[in-house]
Amino acid sequence: MKTLLRHVKPYIKECILAPLFKLLEAILELLVPLIMAAIIDGGILKGDTGYVLRMGGVLVGLGLLGFVAAITAQFFAARAAVGVAADYKSALFKHIQTLSYTELDTIGTPTLVNRLTTDMNQVQTGVNMTLRLLLRSPFVVFGAMIMAFTVDVKAALIFVALIPLLGLVVAGIMKLTLPRHKQVQGQLDKVLLRTRENLTGVRVLRAFQRQDDETAAFEQETEELCRMQQRVGRLTALTNPLTYVLVNGALAVLIYTGAVQVQVGILTTGAVVALVNYLSQILVELVKLANLIVTISKAIASAGRIESMMKITSSMKEAAKPAKTAETGEHVRFDNVSTRYQGAGDDSLTGISFTALRGQTIGVIGGTGSGKTTLVNLIPRFYDASAGRVLVNGVDVKEQSTEELRSRIAVVPQKAVLFKGTIRENLRWGNQNATDEELWQALEIAQAAEIVRGKQDGLDEMVAQNGRNLSGGQRQRLTIARALVKKPDILILDDSASALDYATDAALRKALRSLNGTLFIVSQRASSIRHADLILVLDDGELAGSGTHDELMRSCPVYQEIYYSQYPKEAAQ
Amino acid sequence: MKKNVIRKDTLVRILGYVGRNQRYLIFSLILSLITVASTLYVPILTGSAVDLLLGPGQVDFSLLWPILLTICALVLITALAQWLTGLCNNRMTYATVRDIRADAFRHLQKLPLSYLDQTPTGDVVSRVIADVDQFADGLLMGFTQLFTGVLTIVGTLFFMFSVNWIIALAVVVITPLSFVVASFIAKRTFSFFSQQTKVRGEQTAIIDEMISNQKVVRAFGMEDEVQKQFDDVNRRLQKCSLKAIFYSSITNPSTRFVNSLVYACVGVAGAVVAIVTGGITVGQLSAFLSYANQYTKPFNEISGVVTELQSALACASRVFALIDQPAETADAPAELQQVDGSVALEDVSFSYVPERKLIQHFNLNVQPGQRIAIVGPTGCGKTTLINLLMRFYDVNEGKISVGGQCIMDVSRQSLRSAYGMVLQDTWLKSGTIRDNILMGREDATEEEIVAAAKATHAHSFIKRLPDGYDTRIGEDGGSLSQGQKQLLCITRVMLSLPPMLILDEATSSIDTRTEMRIQRAFEKLMTGRTSFIVAHRLSTIENADVILVMNEGNVIEQGSHEELLKKDGFYAKLYRSQFEAA
Repeated sequence: MKTLLRHVKPYIKECILAPLFKLLEAILELLVPLIMAAIIDGGILKGDTGYVLRMGGVLVGLGLLGFVAAITAQFFAARAAVGVAADYKSALFKHIQTLSYTELDTIGTPTLVNRLTTDMNQVQTGVNMTLRLLLRSPFVVFGAMIMAFTVDVKAALIFVALIPLLGLVVAGIMKLTLPRHKQVQGQLDKVLLRTRENLTGVRVLRAFQRQDDETAAFEQETEELCRMQQRVGRLTALTNPLTYVLVNGALAVLIYTGAVQVQVGILTTGAVVALVNYLSQILVELVKLANLIVTISKAIASAGRIESMMKITSSMKEAAKPAKTAETGEHVRFDNVSTRYQGAGDDSLTGISFTALRGQTIGVIGGTGSGKTTLVNLIPRFYDASAGRVLVNGVDVKEQSTEELRSRIAVVPQKAVLFKGTIRENLRWGNQNATDEELWQALEIAQAAEIVRGKQDGLDEMVAQNGRNLSGGQRQRLTIARALVKKPDILILDDSASALDYATDAALRKALRSLNGTLFIVSQRASSIRHADLILVLDDGELAGSGTHDELMRSCPVYQEIYYSQYPKEAAQ
Repeated sequence: MKKNVIRKDTLVRILGYVGRNQRYLIFSLILSLITVASTLYVPILTGSAVDLLLGPGQVDFSLLWPILLTICALVLITALAQWLTGLCNNRMTYATVRDIRADAFRHLQKLPLSYLDQTPTGDVVSRVIADVDQFADGLLMGFTQLFTGVLTIVGTLFFMFSVNWIIALAVVVITPLSFVVASFIAKRTFSFFSQQTKVRGEQTAIIDEMISNQKVVRAFGMEDEVQKQFDDVNRRLQKCSLKAIFYSSITNPSTRFVNSLVYACVGVAGAVVAIVTGGITVGQLSAFLSYANQYTKPFNEISGVVTELQSALACASRVFALIDQPAETADAPAELQQVDGSVALEDVSFSYVPERKLIQHFNLNVQPGQRIAIVGPTGCGKTTLINLLMRFYDVNEGKISVGGQCIMDVSRQSLRSAYGMVLQDTWLKSGTIRDNILMGREDATEEEIVAAAKATHAHSFIKRLPDGYDTRIGEDGGSLSQGQKQLLCITRVMLSLPPMLILDEATSSIDTRTEMRIQRAFEKLMTGRTSFIVAHRLSTIENADVILVMNEGNVIEQGSHEELLKKDGFYAKLYRSQFEAA
């Protein structure tokens, strides 16, 4: 709740004004039974029609004032609720963007998306309802009690006994339902996961004829959700009947006490009617409150989940005093580096050491799961090494400003991702101020100029979400171009030419050689890295060999095996 | 006008869903009737009790006691009925929501790929999850309050007319005002609500895209830009929401104002009647006032429910819009008979959008057991061919037949089960490794699973996972490497042993050492099976029976490796570039 409250603060004015106007409205409402009592005692019993009409006018006036007060309150409540939710959402989004890869891996996309959407909506409704109704209820309940005291102290004591009992019922039910609401939300997360998965895997699922099984599994999850919701519902449905019994029980006691008082002449009939009226106002309020409890407890549960997201901080500590770096000839150096992913049993890289000089091309090759991606991910500090040091420009990356470090490095990941927007917008991710000329230059090098020229709108062609309207190879070349627009010092191609045919791949490599800067190429293909200045051969997280192609062909059996498997003819020669 | 029709339609459909749980609906109605009747009788009893309090020394306690006891008994009955009503309503609402979700999900299974490829995942997800959730809230509120509301109005009217028709008439004349006010506001808020829902969908799409690709955002240091983009939609949503929430929340104060008018009228009219004609006692007036409150309260609630229902309707209409998306063309009932592995494409033309022609007048005759390699530069339309073979998309012209049967004349299920497919985008579902492999063939035994995994060399890495075959993996493979995922995808097919294979760059992320082994396994798998292989590794397809060379969506060359080399065309150039010194 702490982070939520922080976002309530800017709307403190609205948060005070809304209940204040509600209070005003409640006070006006509380005056009504008194006026009615006056009509009975001063009008009917005395037969004064003029007095009745005057008091009737007062009633209408009170109603009108109440109306204005209520609308004002609604406005402030709505403004606060919507504002708080918007700010909070923005803050959470921002917070997510500070989490390191490690946290993103463990939390997972569906959870994050849910927090930002469903949970935030619940919070918004919760804030709105709290301001509008929740604070009003105590006003009316306690107000009715105080008014009862002005009528008759003895009868008012019934109110004093009743109110804590009502409070107990309401609080008890809230306490019981809160954890169950959490369960419901957790189950909803599961349903969401199923739906998402079904969409992302639609081709495979249909190829394997899994539609029926998936539907059955989905139905099972929703059935479970339905059951959980009903379990909570059974509890919340208790609120109304319980409060109804309490209030009406009090009514019977009140009438009896009133009767005794009237008998001895302490109370008038009108006063008893007023007391009965106050009691029924309390009941009306409680009915509203009961409906609210569901909304509020859902909102609290949601706020709790958001809070727990906000509490997760990046496991990657930013250097307190980032070291200044100057360009050095020794561009990237790994110094006995080992890494282990969170929760993994084993190191994914063990004791890696090598030095890449400025301007060199470094090839990284090795089997599946040998740690190639892990190795290059350490250079822009996407993950931290668990032992050893990664140095860029002679300074440990942990001591540099991450933002500055990454601004000089461009990574083309395995999975070619583009975003909804024009091709130009996508390419400018590399550099917001890049001119069209620079964009075309990058496209030429990335062998992607053809793709863009083939589009009706050229650079203004729209890319669908996740680049779905482009083929895998087109996406890969565009993502390479995007990286080149950045004009990076260090360019990392993480197996990002896998969907390219050999001709395009070869042309790409040829073009890349025209760049100055250090180039890391991760690949499965020996041909892609054959001409690198330094080839790192990884095997099961360890460096099985490093050197040029010729050196490795002489000395490294792992490399030889890879090479000959791809060039069977040479092996035969 | 049209909007009204849509709303009506939506409403009718919702009622259709609710009707499935008729039993609870009827129970709920009966219980509400009991609740309302006894709730309304209590003020009458209270009124007659008050009338016994005539003044000092005039109170008749012997008459008062039975009244108080009746009140207590009635209250207990009411409470019980109320609780049971709540249970019925819960049951009905959540079952309805479950049914709608299930229908939506079932329909998703039938939607054509062309729709799913074009619609952002986040948008569909938000319809099935968030919209339905909001709809549930509205519906529950509707059920809980609408019945009792209407019954209370009817009941109070009856009681009021039986006590004093003049005052009752005054009440009846004023109250429609609150309906007029409520519907006036409701009409205006509906458009605000649908706007809010639309912008919310936009925001969900951004969230989904940016969060799932957060690593790319980070790699390019685009956090600020993305944040700006998000904040922009966020502010727009804030404005829409403020309008929707505020205007809808005016309803309640407005109707309450009408109520206070009613209350004042009853008070004044009652007092005047009492003074002038003496036709009403103070106790009756007190009962009347309590009725005036009870009678107008449902009007309040109903108007509150109306706004809530509107938001619910807007959400429901979005889900229904999804369910209404035209499904794939109906399946032919016939099963694919005798799949001998022969496939024929006759004069096939296809394009995703009419303006851009892709495959045109394509012919191909595949003999059983042949190996068809599809090669060509990236983006040449290789995936399109697979979309057509698997009937993910239907051809525009011409026909494709398998074993002599036109694939349009058989069920998709029988067609697709004849193929084993490994796609470029590896996809695994969350669950255990075993669940994923079992997708290939559900009734496979443990030995068969292990045998398949051994054949694809996945067994050794699976064994090393914490729980072996029972290791749970997250959405989309979670912590597995791309290559490991690939291996599992291949194992899946290995298990199902279909008569035909489609391999789409299946091995592009697997290192060559592993690939060699897989190739050998595939070799075994492919013997006697017709296979379509999309691959860039020309060396692996040199011994294909037919090579289709594709460029710009069309097949430009067709023949065996030797034939094509001799032809010295596009393929020859492509082939030579592999060994060109880079």
